[in-house]
Amino acid sequence: MHSLLPLPFFHVWTYLQTQPLLGLTATLCVWEIACLIDARAGHAAWSNPTVFSILILAALLLVTKTSYQAYFTGAVYIHFLLGPATVALAIPMHTNWPAIKRHFVAIIVSLSSGSVVAAGSAMLIAHAMGAPRAVVISLGPKSVTTPIAMGIAQNLGGQPSLTAVFVMITGMFGAMICTLVFKLARLHDWRAQGLAAGTAAHGLATARMLLLSETAGAFGGLAIGLNGILTSLILPILVSLFGF
Amino acid sequence: MPRAFAVLLLCQLLGTIIQEGTGMPIPGPVLGLLMLLVYLVRSGGPSPHLRDTGQGLLRYLGLLFVPAGVGVVTELQELRDNAAAIILSIAVSTLLGLLVTGLLMNWFLRGQANA
Repeated sequence: MHSLLPLPFFHVWTYLQTQPLLGLTATLCVWEIACLIDARAGHAAWSNPTVFSILILAALLLVTKTSYQAYFTGAVYIHFLLGPATVALAIPMHTNWPAIKRHFVAIIVSLSSGSVVAAGSAMLIAHAMGAPRAVVISLGPKSVTTPIAMGIAQNLGGQPSLTAVFVMITGMFGAMICTLVFKLARLHDWRAQGLAAGTAAHGLATARMLLLSETAGAFGGLAIGLNGILTSLILPILVSLFGF
Repeated sequence: MPRAFAVLLLCQLLGTIIQEGTGMPIPGPVLGLLMLLVYLVRSGGPSPHLRDTGQGLLRYLGLLFVPAGVGVVTELQELRDNAAAIILSIAVSTLLGLLVTGLLMNWFLRGQANA
Protein backbone atom coordinates (compact mmCIF):
# COMPACT_ATOMS: atom_id res chain seq x y z
CA MET A 1 0.00 0.00 0.00
CA HIS A 2 2.96 2.28 0.72
CA SER A 3 3.64 3.16 -2.91
CA LEU A 4 -0.05 3.61 -3.69
CA LEU A 5 -1.01 6.12 -1.00
CA PRO A 6 0.00 9.74 -0.33
CA LEU A 7 1.88 10.03 2.98
CA PRO A 8 -0.94 11.30 5.30
CA PHE A 9 -3.20 8.48 4.15
CA PHE A 10 -0.39 6.01 4.66
CA HIS A 11 -0.17 7.11 8.30
CA VAL A 12 -3.92 6.64 8.72
CA TRP A 13 -3.62 3.21 7.11
CA THR A 14 -0.78 2.05 9.40
CA TYR A 15 -2.68 3.41 12.40
CA LEU A 16 -5.87 1.55 11.45
CA GLN A 17 -3.88 -1.68 11.05
CA THR A 18 -3.17 -1.65 14.78
CA GLN A 19 -6.84 -1.03 15.74
CA PRO A 20 -9.83 -3.40 15.87
CA LEU A 21 -12.15 -1.00 13.99
CA LEU A 22 -11.07 -1.79 10.43
CA GLY A 23 -11.15 -5.61 10.64
CA LEU A 24 -14.50 -5.61 12.42
CA THR A 25 -16.14 -3.12 10.02
CA ALA A 26 -14.73 -4.90 6.96
CA THR A 27 -16.10 -8.27 8.17
CA LEU A 28 -19.62 -6.92 8.74
CA CYS A 29 -19.72 -4.93 5.48
CA VAL A 30 -18.42 -7.83 3.39
CA TRP A 31 -20.96 -10.14 5.10
CA GLU A 32 -23.80 -7.79 4.09
CA ILE A 33 -22.52 -7.70 0.49
CA ALA A 34 -22.23 -11.52 0.45
CA CYS A 35 -25.83 -11.78 1.73
CA LEU A 36 -26.97 -9.48 -1.10
CA ILE A 37 -25.18 -11.69 -3.66
CA ASP A 38 -26.80 -14.78 -2.09
CA ALA A 39 -30.25 -13.17 -2.28
CA ARG A 40 -29.66 -12.22 -5.93
CA ALA A 41 -28.62 -15.83 -6.64
CA GLY A 42 -31.92 -16.99 -5.15
CA HIS A 43 -30.12 -18.85 -2.28
CA ALA A 44 -28.86 -21.44 -4.78
CA ALA A 45 -26.96 -24.51 -3.53
CA TRP A 46 -23.61 -23.18 -4.82
CA SER A 47 -24.19 -19.75 -3.27
CA ASN A 48 -23.18 -19.36 0.37
CA PRO A 49 -22.60 -16.03 2.17
CA THR A 50 -19.99 -17.54 4.50
CA VAL A 51 -17.92 -18.83 1.58
CA PHE A 52 -18.34 -15.57 -0.37
CA SER A 53 -17.31 -13.49 2.67
CA ILE A 54 -14.21 -15.59 3.31
CA LEU A 55 -13.15 -15.39 -0.35
CA ILE A 56 -13.70 -11.61 -0.57
CA LEU A 57 -11.93 -10.84 2.72
CA ALA A 58 -9.04 -13.20 1.93
CA ALA A 59 -8.62 -11.49 -1.46
CA LEU A 60 -8.71 -8.06 0.25
CA LEU A 61 -5.99 -9.10 2.72
CA LEU A 62 -3.79 -10.43 -0.09
CA VAL A 63 -4.28 -7.38 -2.34
CA THR A 64 -3.65 -4.83 0.44
CA LYS A 65 -0.83 -6.98 1.91
CA THR A 66 -2.56 -6.85 5.31
CA SER A 67 -1.45 -9.56 7.75
CA TYR A 68 -4.05 -11.96 9.12
CA GLN A 69 -3.05 -10.91 12.65
CA ALA A 70 -3.87 -7.26 11.87
CA TYR A 71 -7.27 -8.30 10.48
CA PHE A 72 -7.97 -10.62 13.41
CA THR A 73 -7.39 -7.78 15.93
CA GLY A 74 -10.91 -6.64 14.98
CA ALA A 75 -12.45 -9.89 13.72
CA VAL A 76 -11.79 -11.56 17.08
CA TYR A 77 -14.92 -9.85 18.48
CA ILE A 78 -17.06 -11.81 16.03
CA HIS A 79 -14.95 -14.96 16.39
CA PHE A 80 -15.51 -14.93 20.16
CA LEU A 81 -19.26 -15.44 19.69
CA LEU A 82 -18.62 -18.95 18.26
CA GLY A 83 -18.29 -20.22 21.85
CA PRO A 84 -21.72 -19.11 23.14
CA ALA A 85 -23.24 -20.04 19.74
CA THR A 86 -21.93 -23.60 20.17
CA VAL A 87 -23.54 -23.76 23.62
CA ALA A 88 -26.77 -22.38 22.10
CA LEU A 89 -26.96 -25.43 19.77
CA ALA A 90 -28.48 -27.13 22.84
CA ILE A 91 -31.71 -25.17 22.20
CA PRO A 92 -32.62 -26.73 18.78
CA MET A 93 -31.42 -30.10 20.13
CA HIS A 94 -33.86 -29.74 23.01
CA THR A 95 -36.64 -28.96 20.48
CA ASN A 96 -35.81 -32.26 18.71
CA TRP A 97 -35.53 -34.16 22.00
CA PRO A 98 -38.79 -36.18 21.57
CA ALA A 99 -37.54 -37.49 18.18
CA ILE A 100 -34.11 -38.29 19.63
CA LYS A 101 -35.73 -40.23 22.51
CA ARG A 102 -38.10 -42.16 20.23
CA HIS A 103 -35.36 -43.41 17.87
CA PHE A 104 -32.47 -43.31 20.33
CA VAL A 105 -30.71 -46.59 19.43
CA ALA A 106 -31.25 -46.21 15.67
CA ILE A 107 -29.90 -42.65 15.71
CA ILE A 108 -26.86 -43.36 17.89
CA VAL A 109 -25.82 -46.49 15.92
CA SER A 110 -26.36 -44.96 12.45
CA LEU A 111 -24.79 -41.65 13.35
CA SER A 112 -21.69 -42.99 15.10
CA SER A 113 -21.07 -45.52 12.30
CA GLY A 114 -21.33 -42.83 9.63
CA SER A 115 -19.23 -40.48 11.73
CA VAL A 116 -16.41 -43.01 12.23
CA VAL A 117 -16.43 -44.01 8.53
CA ALA A 118 -16.39 -40.40 7.32
CA ALA A 119 -13.66 -39.20 9.71
CA GLY A 120 -11.59 -42.40 9.42
CA SER A 121 -11.67 -42.59 5.61
CA ALA A 122 -10.90 -38.87 5.29
CA MET A 123 -7.76 -39.17 7.44
CA LEU A 124 -6.61 -42.50 5.93
CA ILE A 125 -6.94 -41.27 2.33
CA ALA A 126 -5.06 -38.02 3.03
CA HIS A 127 -2.38 -39.91 4.98
CA ALA A 128 -1.98 -42.50 2.19
CA MET A 129 -1.57 -39.69 -0.33
CA GLY A 130 1.28 -38.21 1.65
CA ALA A 131 -0.39 -35.21 3.31
CA PRO A 132 1.44 -33.94 6.44
CA ARG A 133 0.06 -34.63 9.92
CA ALA A 134 -1.45 -31.13 10.37
CA VAL A 135 -3.54 -31.60 7.20
CA VAL A 136 -4.55 -35.19 8.12
CA ILE A 137 -5.69 -34.19 11.63
CA SER A 138 -7.47 -31.08 10.33
CA LEU A 139 -9.48 -33.30 7.94
CA GLY A 140 -10.73 -35.53 10.79
CA PRO A 141 -13.56 -33.28 12.06
CA LYS A 142 -14.55 -31.90 8.61
CA SER A 143 -18.09 -33.38 8.75
CA VAL A 144 -18.80 -31.55 12.04
CA THR A 145 -20.35 -28.09 12.30
CA THR A 146 -17.60 -25.43 12.15
CA PRO A 147 -17.43 -24.13 15.74
CA ILE A 148 -17.12 -27.65 17.17
CA ALA A 149 -14.83 -28.85 14.34
CA MET A 150 -12.37 -26.04 14.97
CA GLY A 151 -12.29 -26.79 18.69
CA ILE A 152 -11.61 -30.48 17.99
CA ALA A 153 -8.82 -29.68 15.49
CA GLN A 154 -7.21 -27.29 17.99
CA ASN A 155 -7.25 -29.90 20.75
CA LEU A 156 -5.68 -32.61 18.56
CA GLY A 157 -2.90 -30.45 17.11
CA GLY A 158 -4.54 -29.65 13.75
CA GLN A 159 -4.95 -26.20 12.18
CA PRO A 160 -8.39 -24.70 13.05
CA SER A 161 -8.30 -22.42 9.98
CA LEU A 162 -7.59 -25.41 7.68
CA THR A 163 -10.45 -27.29 9.35
CA ALA A 164 -12.77 -24.32 8.75
CA VAL A 165 -11.96 -24.53 5.02
CA PHE A 166 -12.39 -28.34 4.93
CA VAL A 167 -15.72 -28.09 6.76
CA MET A 168 -16.92 -25.58 4.18
CA ILE A 169 -15.82 -27.72 1.18
CA THR A 170 -17.46 -30.79 2.77
CA GLY A 171 -20.71 -28.89 3.29
CA MET A 172 -20.84 -27.58 -0.26
CA PHE A 173 -19.96 -31.00 -1.74
CA GLY A 174 -22.48 -32.77 0.51
CA ALA A 175 -25.23 -30.28 -0.34
CA MET A 176 -24.52 -30.78 -4.04
CA ILE A 177 -24.54 -34.60 -4.10
CA CYS A 178 -26.89 -35.62 -1.24
CA THR A 179 -30.19 -35.76 -3.16
CA LEU A 180 -28.60 -37.69 -6.05
CA VAL A 181 -26.89 -40.15 -3.68
CA PHE A 182 -30.16 -40.82 -1.82
CA LYS A 183 -31.95 -41.44 -5.10
CA LEU A 184 -29.30 -43.85 -6.41
CA ALA A 185 -29.15 -45.70 -3.06
CA ARG A 186 -32.98 -45.95 -3.01
CA LEU A 187 -33.03 -44.16 0.33
CA HIS A 188 -36.56 -42.81 0.58
CA ASP A 189 -37.13 -42.24 4.30
CA TRP A 190 -36.92 -38.50 5.11
CA ARG A 191 -35.65 -39.23 8.61
CA ALA A 192 -32.76 -41.33 7.25
CA GLN A 193 -31.98 -38.73 4.56
CA GLY A 194 -31.93 -35.87 7.06
CA LEU A 195 -29.80 -37.78 9.56
CA ALA A 196 -27.30 -38.73 6.82
CA ALA A 197 -27.10 -35.18 5.47
CA GLY A 198 -26.52 -33.67 8.94
CA THR A 199 -23.96 -36.32 9.92
CA ALA A 200 -21.85 -36.27 6.72
CA ALA A 201 -22.16 -32.62 5.72
CA HIS A 202 -23.56 -30.63 8.70
CA GLY A 203 -25.61 -27.43 8.21
CA LEU A 204 -25.08 -26.89 4.49
CA ALA A 205 -26.52 -30.28 3.46
CA THR A 206 -29.19 -29.99 6.16
CA ALA A 207 -30.30 -26.65 4.72
CA ARG A 208 -30.61 -28.36 1.32
CA MET A 209 -32.78 -31.16 2.81
CA LEU A 210 -34.89 -28.63 4.72
CA LEU A 211 -36.04 -27.23 1.37
CA LEU A 212 -37.48 -30.67 0.56
CA SER A 213 -38.88 -31.83 3.91
CA GLU A 214 -39.42 -30.41 7.41
CA THR A 215 -38.80 -33.87 8.88
CA ALA A 216 -35.50 -34.24 7.04
CA GLY A 217 -34.50 -30.79 8.29
CA ALA A 218 -35.31 -31.67 11.91
CA PHE A 219 -33.30 -34.91 11.76
CA GLY A 220 -30.45 -33.03 10.05
CA GLY A 221 -30.49 -30.51 12.88
CA LEU A 222 -30.26 -33.12 15.59
CA ALA A 223 -27.53 -34.97 13.63
CA ILE A 224 -25.41 -31.78 13.55
CA GLY A 225 -25.42 -31.44 17.33
CA LEU A 226 -25.06 -35.16 18.10
CA ASN A 227 -22.26 -35.63 15.56
CA GLY A 228 -20.38 -32.70 17.09
CA ILE A 229 -20.51 -34.35 20.50
CA LEU A 230 -19.76 -37.87 19.18
CA THR A 231 -16.84 -36.75 17.01
CA SER A 232 -15.31 -34.88 19.98
CA LEU A 233 -15.34 -38.22 21.81
CA ILE A 234 -14.42 -40.56 18.93
CA LEU A 235 -11.76 -38.63 16.99
CA PRO A 236 -9.06 -38.63 19.72
CA ILE A 237 -9.46 -42.43 19.89
CA LEU A 238 -9.27 -42.80 16.07
CA VAL A 239 -6.19 -40.57 15.89
CA SER A 240 -4.28 -42.61 18.49
CA LEU A 241 -5.54 -45.88 16.95
CA PHE A 242 -4.18 -44.92 13.53
CA GLY A 243 -1.02 -43.58 15.17
CA PHE A 244 -1.20 -40.14 13.51
CA MET B 1 -30.61 -10.60 26.80
CA PRO B 2 -27.80 -10.05 29.38
CA ARG B 3 -29.22 -12.89 31.49
CA ALA B 4 -29.40 -15.26 28.52
CA PHE B 5 -25.84 -14.35 27.55
CA ALA B 6 -24.72 -14.95 31.12
CA VAL B 7 -26.25 -18.44 31.00
CA LEU B 8 -24.55 -19.29 27.67
CA LEU B 9 -21.16 -17.93 28.78
CA LEU B 10 -21.43 -19.60 32.18
CA CYS B 11 -21.98 -22.98 30.47
CA GLN B 12 -19.00 -22.31 28.21
CA LEU B 13 -16.87 -21.21 31.17
CA LEU B 14 -17.74 -24.31 33.22
CA GLY B 15 -17.05 -26.51 30.17
CA THR B 16 -13.70 -24.82 29.58
CA ILE B 17 -12.72 -25.15 33.25
CA ILE B 18 -13.54 -28.88 33.15
CA GLN B 19 -11.70 -29.37 29.84
CA GLU B 20 -8.58 -27.50 30.94
CA GLY B 21 -8.67 -29.02 34.41
CA THR B 22 -8.97 -32.64 33.28
CA GLY B 23 -7.20 -32.37 29.91
CA MET B 24 -10.08 -34.17 28.21
CA PRO B 25 -10.19 -33.77 24.41
CA ILE B 26 -13.79 -32.50 24.20
CA PRO B 27 -13.85 -28.72 23.49
CA GLY B 28 -15.10 -26.62 26.43
CA PRO B 29 -18.07 -25.15 24.48
CA VAL B 30 -19.25 -28.70 23.59
CA LEU B 31 -19.24 -29.60 27.31
CA GLY B 32 -21.18 -26.37 27.84
CA LEU B 33 -23.67 -27.48 25.16
CA LEU B 34 -24.15 -30.80 27.00
CA MET B 35 -24.69 -29.02 30.34
CA LEU B 36 -27.27 -26.66 28.83
CA LEU B 37 -29.02 -29.60 27.10
CA VAL B 38 -29.28 -31.52 30.38
CA TYR B 39 -30.61 -28.38 32.07
CA LEU B 40 -33.19 -27.77 29.30
CA VAL B 41 -34.42 -31.37 29.33
CA ARG B 42 -34.78 -31.33 33.14
CA SER B 43 -36.36 -27.88 33.37
CA GLY B 44 -38.75 -28.44 30.46
CA GLY B 45 -37.31 -25.91 28.01
CA PRO B 46 -35.60 -22.55 27.61
CA SER B 47 -37.01 -19.27 28.94
CA PRO B 48 -38.23 -16.89 26.19
CA HIS B 49 -35.06 -14.76 26.74
CA LEU B 50 -32.74 -17.72 26.30
CA ARG B 51 -34.65 -18.98 23.26
CA ASP B 52 -34.54 -15.55 21.55
CA THR B 53 -30.85 -14.93 22.29
CA GLY B 54 -29.86 -18.48 21.28
CA GLN B 55 -31.84 -18.35 18.06
CA GLY B 56 -30.46 -14.88 17.32
CA LEU B 57 -26.89 -16.20 17.64
CA LEU B 58 -27.63 -19.28 15.54
CA ARG B 59 -29.36 -17.28 12.80
CA TYR B 60 -26.04 -15.53 12.11
CA LEU B 61 -23.85 -18.59 12.72
CA GLY B 62 -22.58 -18.27 9.14
CA LEU B 63 -21.09 -14.85 9.96
CA LEU B 64 -19.33 -16.18 13.05
CA PHE B 65 -17.22 -18.63 10.95
CA VAL B 66 -15.87 -15.87 8.72
CA PRO B 67 -12.92 -14.58 10.84
CA ALA B 68 -11.53 -18.11 11.29
CA GLY B 69 -12.18 -18.97 7.65
CA VAL B 70 -10.21 -15.95 6.46
CA GLY B 71 -7.26 -17.62 8.23
CA VAL B 72 -7.01 -19.67 5.03
CA VAL B 73 -4.67 -16.92 3.75
CA THR B 74 -2.03 -18.28 6.13
CA GLU B 75 -2.52 -21.84 4.79
CA LEU B 76 -2.49 -21.27 1.02
CA GLN B 77 0.82 -23.09 0.51
CA GLU B 78 -0.37 -26.08 2.54
CA LEU B 79 -3.61 -26.25 0.52
CA ARG B 80 -1.82 -25.99 -2.83
CA ASP B 81 0.77 -28.66 -1.92
CA ASN B 82 -1.92 -31.15 -0.84
CA ALA B 83 -4.80 -30.22 -3.15
CA ALA B 84 -5.27 -33.71 -4.67
CA ALA B 85 -5.16 -35.50 -1.30
CA ILE B 86 -7.62 -33.01 0.24
CA ILE B 87 -10.15 -33.15 -2.61
CA LEU B 88 -10.13 -36.95 -2.88
CA SER B 89 -10.28 -37.33 0.91
CA ILE B 90 -13.28 -35.01 1.27
CA ALA B 91 -15.18 -36.38 -1.74
CA VAL B 92 -14.86 -40.08 -0.83
CA SER B 93 -15.37 -39.66 2.92
CA THR B 94 -18.45 -37.45 2.53
CA LEU B 95 -20.01 -39.94 0.10
CA LEU B 96 -19.27 -42.86 2.48
CA GLY B 97 -20.62 -40.91 5.46
CA LEU B 98 -23.90 -40.17 3.66
CA LEU B 99 -24.34 -43.80 2.57
CA VAL B 100 -23.41 -45.50 5.87
CA THR B 101 -25.57 -43.22 8.05
CA GLY B 102 -28.51 -43.16 5.63
CA LEU B 103 -28.62 -46.89 4.87
CA LEU B 104 -28.25 -47.91 8.53
CA MET B 105 -30.99 -45.49 9.65
CA ASN B 106 -33.20 -46.66 6.78
CA TRP B 107 -32.68 -50.28 7.91
CA PHE B 108 -33.58 -49.42 11.52
CA LEU B 109 -36.76 -47.63 10.40
CA ARG B 110 -37.80 -50.33 7.89
CA GLY B 111 -41.48 -51.12 8.13
CA GLN B 112 -42.23 -47.84 9.90
CA ALA B 113 -44.24 -45.22 8.06
CA ASN B 114 -42.20 -42.40 6.51
CA ALA B 115 -42.94 -39.45 8.79
